[in-house]
Amino acid sequence: MVQDAAENVTSLETEVEAEERFDVTKQVSYGRLIYLRFLRNHAAVVAAFALVIIYLVTLVCPFFAPYDPNTRFLEKVAHPPLLPTFIDADGKFHLRPFVFATVQSRDPKTMERMYTKDTDQRFPLRLFVRGDEYTFLFWDSDLHLFGAQDSPVFLLGTDTQGRDLFSRILFGGRISTTVGLIGVAISLILGIVIGMASGYLGGAVDAVIQRGIEVLLSFPSLPLWMALSLSLPRHWSSIRIFLLITILLSIVGWGGLARVVRGMTLAVKSEEFVLASRMGGGGTWWILIRHILPTNLSYVIVAATLAVPGIILGETALSFLGLGIQPPMISWGVLLQDAQKVSFLSQMPWLIAPAFFIMATVLAFNFIGDGLRDALDPYSNF
Amino acid sequence: MKTYILQRFIQMIIVMLVVMLVSFIIVELPPGDFLTTLREQLTEQNVDPKVIDSTVEMYRARYGLGENWVIRFGKWAWSLMKGDMGYSMQHNRPASELMGERLSLTMWISIATLVFMFIVAVPIGMLSAIRQYSAWDHSFTFLALLGVSVPSFITALVFLLLSVTLLGATTVAGLFSPEYVTAEWSWAKFVDMLKHVWIILFIVGLGDTAGTIRVMRARMLDTLGEPYIDTARMKGLSSAKVYFRHALRVAINPIISSIGMRFPQIISGSTIVAIVLTLPLIGPLLLDSLLGEDVYLACSILVVLTLALVIGNFLADLALAWLDPRIRFES
Repeated sequence: MVQDAAENVTSLETEVEAEERFDVTKQVSYGRLIYLRFLRNHAAVVAAFALVIIYLVTLVCPFFAPYDPNTRFLEKVAHPPLLPTFIDADGKFHLRPFVFATVQSRDPKTMERMYTKDTDQRFPLRLFVRGDEYTFLFWDSDLHLFGAQDSPVFLLGTDTQGRDLFSRILFGGRISTTVGLIGVAISLILGIVIGMASGYLGGAVDAVIQRGIEVLLSFPSLPLWMALSLSLPRHWSSIRIFLLITILLSIVGWGGLARVVRGMTLAVKSEEFVLASRMGGGGTWWILIRHILPTNLSYVIVAATLAVPGIILGETALSFLGLGIQPPMISWGVLLQDAQKVSFLSQMPWLIAPAFFIMATVLAFNFIGDGLRDALDPYSNF
Repeated sequence: MKTYILQRFIQMIIVMLVVMLVSFIIVELPPGDFLTTLREQLTEQNVDPKVIDSTVEMYRARYGLGENWVIRFGKWAWSLMKGDMGYSMQHNRPASELMGERLSLTMWISIATLVFMFIVAVPIGMLSAIRQYSAWDHSFTFLALLGVSVPSFITALVFLLLSVTLLGATTVAGLFSPEYVTAEWSWAKFVDMLKHVWIILFIVGLGDTAGTIRVMRARMLDTLGEPYIDTARMKGLSSAKVYFRHALRVAINPIISSIGMRFPQIISGSTIVAIVLTLPLIGPLLLDSLLGEDVYLACSILVVLTLALVIGNFLADLALAWLDPRIRFES
């Protein structure tokens, strides 16, 4: 009897639970529903956190990077990565991670630089150390997140000129990730305006715009970018080149977004609420901005999220080829230029490290885009 | 069907003209005058002044330099259609001579990559959909997302790194073994190329293969949910017949129509991979010409690549119309 009752209770509980879950889907707002659905996609949530960290670290790079990207350690040229450890040469554990000192020598046969660890000297890592000075948003400081006193720390080694690769990757990331965001913002504006006009006005306007987009999409984007970057004056300041490259990338990239927006506009424009607004005297612009744009916005955001990687990769590829961002400005593509030379790569395999940062960023955007798309799908059940 | 082909054909011609116009504008964008550069170059090489004058005059007449841009465009477009790709200032040779073999190799590699993409992606995507949420499906879904996120030049760099560190290579793996690089085309050279080319196809095609797996899986899942699949099963057809005759034929259409979108990406990919791995394709030549401000060569390459794409798209459209009766009869 008791057992039966207990079973009844549990079945009742599950019923109540099911009902409650049903109620949840009924009562929460559309935005909250999307948020809850997004949370269920663990890969996308992890990617979102990763992306926040990537953007935070690269935007405030002077603080997170242990050194200025142009500081040269002349005695530590082509130094391999030196990871902090906890256990010293005697096998003793230290709570504070430390790095060993290194001594440079030359290989007697090949005359290549070699670094050997000097396990007698330990340099413990410290948080909030004073180092190279920098200016961040009108704020002068010399505070860095971590570093070791009396000894440099090279998490990812140094390049051929003895500059810390990790610091350079963070500074390069600031440019590469910003290009993605600004580029998508420009593409988005172009795509929304042109796509909505094309879908809503229809007829000849639509035909002309669609043929135009077809022409644009039929160019192989990389050769086109390469040819266009030729028209940038070489003597311009690097910040102007940076802005122009971003504009160039988005000019080639808006076509896909415009197609998405056009499709959405076509689907929505024959809905009753659009008709109602027109009956009420709403003008074309009013209908487009107040009714059609908000209806499509969520899908446009998904398309935009999935468009960011393309722009980041475009910049990286161009800079990698020497046609994009010009030194002294750094981007991930500029950093990868060194890895292109086989002779460098065989001696300094760590030069490929920026590639993994690029991949992580792009992967994060793709995961989030996928997660958002699934979350926005009205047919997916909760 | 005839109207459809005609319609696509006219569209192709229009796109070609616009592509040429855009490329022409890009030629005209950079400051500096081609003739001045040419004259300077020839003077540097101690060419006889009379020859310089006649050469410069020839180009002035041929390209209508100094006249308004409509006439210049007309002359340039006309000479391009006759197969004259212009003159490379950097190499002092006609552009077509420089492009010749590189261009055809680029085209063949791109087409081979496309075929590779189909052969690999369609079965994997199909099986992922049929065995949804199996270990196979999960691993390939993850690999596909990874593949989409890795640009081809990074794949090429990683390949370079691996061959340098693990295999101890000192030179870059090319299309041919060293003894065949300068050799004339022969059966042996072709076989040698086949031995090397698959890794290039993998590097160039990875991203698009991954993308196609994703599309194929999604479309196949949609198709398998259709009522006519149930009907086919109820008729007692074997699984193979249901999957290949009924599902695959419908699910593959978006992949055929996406050739037009994939092909430009493959060309872009092969361009940069060729630069990284120094392959004898069109990519390194394009980069050289751009860095050397060799505008006519650069532009001819751009136009020829794009024209090849436009023709490719046209053929893809025809293939789609042949495969899918809905497209044939709609227009």
